[in-house]
Amino acid sequence: MATITMNSLGARARNPWVGFVLRRLWRLLVSLAALVTAAFAMIHLIPGDPVRAALGTTADPAMVAARRESLGLDQSLLKQYADFVGNLLQGRLGESIGAQMPVSEIISGRLPATLQIAVPAFVLILLIAVPVGMTAAVLTKDGRRRRGELSFTGVTGFLGAVPEFLLAVGLIAAFAVAWPLFPVASRGGVDSYVLPVLALTVVPAASLSRIVRVETLRVLGEDYMRTARAKRLPARLRYLRHALPNLLTSSLTLGGLLFSSLLAGTVLVENVFAWPGLGTTIVQAITEKDYPLVQGVVLVYGAAALLITFVVDVAVAVADPQSTVRGS
Amino acid sequence: MSSLELRGITVRYGRFTAVDNVDLLVPEGTVTGLVGGSGSGKSTLGKAVVGLAPKQSGQVLIDGSEAPRLRGRSPVQLVFQNPYASLDPRMTVGASVAEALSGGSGSVNGNGSGSGTGSGARSGRRAPARERRPARDAEVARYLELVGMDPARAALTPDALSGGQRQRVALARALAARPAVLIADEITSALDVSVQGAVLNLLRRLQRELGFAMLFISHNLAVVRYLCDQVAVLDGGHLVECGPTDRVLDHPEHPTTRNLISCVPDLALAEEAS
Amino acid sequence: MPHHDHDSSLRHRLGRTIRTPIGVTALTACLLVALVAVLGPVLLGDRAAQVDTDAINQGSSAAHLLGTDQLGRDIAARVVVATRLTLRLTLMAAVIGVGGGLLLGVAPAVVGRRLGRLITATVGVLVAFPGLLFLLFLATIFGVGSTGAVFAVGLAMVPPMARLVQNLTASIAGSDYVAAARILGVGRFRMVVRHLLPNIAEPSVLFATQATGGILVAFSGLSFLGLGVQPPQYDWGRLLNEQLNRIFVNPAAALAPGAAVVLTGLMFGLVGEVLAQAGGRRAPQAPETTPQEELGTPPEPAVEHDGGALVRARDLRVTFPGGRQAVRGISLDIGAGEAVGLVGESGSGKSLSALALADLVPHPGRVSAAALGFDGHDLRADPRLGTELAMVFQDPMASLNPALRVGRQLAEVAEVHLGASRAEATARAVDRLDAVRIATPGRRARQRPHEYSGGMRQRAVIAMGLMGKPKLIIADEPTTALDVAVQREVLDLLAEVREESGAALLLISHDLAVVAQVCERVLVMYAGLVVENLPVTELLGGAAHPYTRALVGAVPTMTTDRGTELATIPGRPPEPGETGAGCPFAARCERVRERCHEDTPELTALGPGRQVACWYPVGTAAGRPVAATAHTAKATS
Repeated sequence: MATITMNSLGARARNPWVGFVLRRLWRLLVSLAALVTAAFAMIHLIPGDPVRAALGTTADPAMVAARRESLGLDQSLLKQYADFVGNLLQGRLGESIGAQMPVSEIISGRLPATLQIAVPAFVLILLIAVPVGMTAAVLTKDGRRRRGELSFTGVTGFLGAVPEFLLAVGLIAAFAVAWPLFPVASRGGVDSYVLPVLALTVVPAASLSRIVRVETLRVLGEDYMRTARAKRLPARLRYLRHALPNLLTSSLTLGGLLFSSLLAGTVLVENVFAWPGLGTTIVQAITEKDYPLVQGVVLVYGAAALLITFVVDVAVAVADPQSTVRGS
Repeated sequence: MSSLELRGITVRYGRFTAVDNVDLLVPEGTVTGLVGGSGSGKSTLGKAVVGLAPKQSGQVLIDGSEAPRLRGRSPVQLVFQNPYASLDPRMTVGASVAEALSGGSGSVNGNGSGSGTGSGARSGRRAPARERRPARDAEVARYLELVGMDPARAALTPDALSGGQRQRVALARALAARPAVLIADEITSALDVSVQGAVLNLLRRLQRELGFAMLFISHNLAVVRYLCDQVAVLDGGHLVECGPTDRVLDHPEHPTTRNLISCVPDLALAEEAS
Repeated sequence: MPHHDHDSSLRHRLGRTIRTPIGVTALTACLLVALVAVLGPVLLGDRAAQVDTDAINQGSSAAHLLGTDQLGRDIAARVVVATRLTLRLTLMAAVIGVGGGLLLGVAPAVVGRRLGRLITATVGVLVAFPGLLFLLFLATIFGVGSTGAVFAVGLAMVPPMARLVQNLTASIAGSDYVAAARILGVGRFRMVVRHLLPNIAEPSVLFATQATGGILVAFSGLSFLGLGVQPPQYDWGRLLNEQLNRIFVNPAAALAPGAAVVLTGLMFGLVGEVLAQAGGRRAPQAPETTPQEELGTPPEPAVEHDGGALVRARDLRVTFPGGRQAVRGISLDIGAGEAVGLVGESGSGKSLSALALADLVPHPGRVSAAALGFDGHDLRADPRLGTELAMVFQDPMASLNPALRVGRQLAEVAEVHLGASRAEATARAVDRLDAVRIATPGRRARQRPHEYSGGMRQRAVIAMGLMGKPKLIIADEPTTALDVAVQREVLDLLAEVREESGAALLLISHDLAVVAQVCERVLVMYAGLVVENLPVTELLGGAAHPYTRALVGAVPTMTTDRGTELATIPGRPPEPGETGAGCPFAARCERVRERCHEDTPELTALGPGRQVACWYPVGTAAGRPVAATAHTAKATS
């Protein structure tokens, strides 16, 4: 069967890459459209009158009416949707109810703070998880070092089960209260970044290193690794040249979701550290029923998650052309 | 006693044509061998006949008429290549065979039909349709005996059976559906030679006793020669040659057939070489 | 390897798993949490609600283990009491999530094709968004509060659960047994109930349990953000929210509800682990006693030279834990340039014997031998064979590394072993690909294996073995995965390579005809032993061992008599560990006598270049043991 699908795809597009990139782009577009529609629909799905809910039951009716008009809620649904999409394409996300400021301005003010902890965390996760997972796999392959295997799975399993925000609380209790090495909260000097980044890194790194270990074990059991042994290659070449590229692609595929959820993890961590990023903004906006602001932040988070998935997909395909040809 | 006739069968996957306009007649009570290299479309053709591969065009005729599916059931049954994949691992052997019995889809409780439903079998969780059950169990036992298996094994799940025994169960299941025609798709290629012999003997005996028409798909020309009355050769989805076994194998006309025959490794070669 | 034990029902395996340490822990934790949830509010409810304005915001003390909150309420009691609400909300959300996920997951298999595709696509889009974002989105719609949060957390669980169930269902729906049921006309609904659900049950339950742990954490997170449970109600997340500001003053008060969340989450993880183990894939095995004999036998002092044999093995054994021997002491010699076939049914130990020669026996198998020599040096002392040994494996699709260019995979042999520079090695790789008749080798060397056809890959593997100067090529079922026409090409290539390089060949195959085509001598293996060693010319008519004869008789050839039934061998070969005293073939042998059940026959000489392990070999004076008749037989013939 596999050969048949390969042939049929090959016949459709001379270059399988064209078909692949088109498919992925199409999927990205559909997902983005779904995201935009969902963000638009949100305000209409809220039971009751969103403006009344935001301003309170005692609000002046004239003010409510004015606010309805400024949000465009007095117009037909289709017109509203068209306006929403039109504005979006021009980079306009509406006006925050609470702050009386353009949403886009608030977001561009807050986004850098979020990225400043998310990006280092992302890099750290990769730098920790891949070597740790591979080393653990090599040391415990073939049922060797049972005790080492147990402690690795135990520790990473425990760390993986701790939610980021609780870890953040624990880190504060340990390194800001018990031993005041770092500041408790808020953004300041370089030392204020340590705990938030750590809180974001540890849990996904533990989970990813488990995935990497399992994938390494799977790769080590493959026939081509036996071929490499039959060629009497030194261990260094076998692991780095033969195993690493294969396990990276499959680990990335499985770990792809981990990265997009890392972005969401910033929401909780930012709230623990009172970090002035998007995460604190959205929570505040939800509590204050500042719907245009919620819409805006949801769009930013959602689009970022979709882009990450897209990039990981393409990266995996570049590293492992076989999976590209297989389609999906 | 039925014949199988294929008219203009074409199967396409996207733009790739796996089977291209194949006409083939399997006369009643005879065996036709379908041979070809890998990717020649022989398995796809078998699947298309039973409706598992999308037929672009063409007709499957049983006794010269388009055969209706009786309550969704195909009048042609297929035995798969890999006996480790073709039996539901969660179902007892008896339940698998019972599912194929006529009216089987109407009965209430199909799980665990064996007589000795003891330790391992999950059975009788719901009250069975009491009158129907013994009769059905007897039928299952009859089909298992037909393929040379101890009926007491009906209570086992497939993981307790060897490859050869599983293939017997798969055969019993196909026969229990009382097919007009049977398709055997490489049914011995996953088995050891000693087991292969037993399964082939069984298949030949059953075919002669029950007299059904059979399409026997195989890459092994020696096996096809032993079992079949007629041989059809596929290449790249085209039927390139078809005729009586002796004629095709002794005086092949098409280069594909000649090439296939010349590639058969033979035990006797060793003697010639020496 | 089918399991022949009949105690593999889920209930039985669950019972066995629960008795392991991890099972006991999981069960205890479940009981403890349940007890706290039931009794906590009853026993400590009043204490947790008691406002004490004299003891506001106190630290830990004897009266208040974890201190008090802004209203002077005892925090320890509140953490205990919160268990019930936390669990209730978690389980409610889990029911929504798992139920919805199951419905959406199975739906594509039940509803029409078009609707099914739409559902699959929708779930695919939803899964791309991180759970927490989905959660916040839903929380905005449902509003702040516990009811809204239950729906938000539950619904956020639906897409991943649905995706998992869809994937599982799709893999089951593509299986042969579902295809068979479809041909039998089994209806859609019945297919789901009888074939799909039972086969996806275990992984689904496992995932659902772990997801419940995730739901607990998500719910706590929502409450912590102030979007979940609202005062005066409180769950663990809410307590954390209230105490975080005072982490400076009273860290224990903030850490306690957090610890409760983590521990309960771990409990769900443990339960999942237990279910997974009971599910069979990681079922605990009976403790295996590993015999400590290993390579204990001291090497024979001097390797006696035996007519210049290239490979010389004596009493070669491959042992697996539990003392099961897959290869039970075989001896073999391969002369320089000789082509030897190793045949036998699956499980006879033929592949393991070959892997043992190449030091490639997979863990946990262990090799021992009284003597194991290759080209005059002792492999037991130094198993390195360098480039003098080439291996060809069964599956050419799997034996090349999919991530590396083929030329690179060849070239590295020369770089590592022959000290060639990168350019030299690459040039040699292209040359070798040309030698195995791969057209345009320069271009092909830059391609990756997936761009090769099956036969071409097998040639590339052979070319890899030719990078050095091999003295022995071990080919383990090299053509089993290939087409007959391609098989012919590969066999011809092997013969050609052998002629040019003068290398010896050990060809392992289940197919006697393949061996007959390429080899000069055949070793027949049965139940981990070599039972016959004969020239290939004798295979068809002159085999002395009843097993060899039966095996030859069972293969239909282009000259088989179609009037008679094919010869078969009744019974099945013994599993490793089932072999006791006597000839292992005795139970299936036509010529069996009393002695065959009592003594194991050794491999003894039977004429020049022939050996057989049988008390009553075919072709000798029937009825008399070989050892006694060996001389007379020679004399009379």
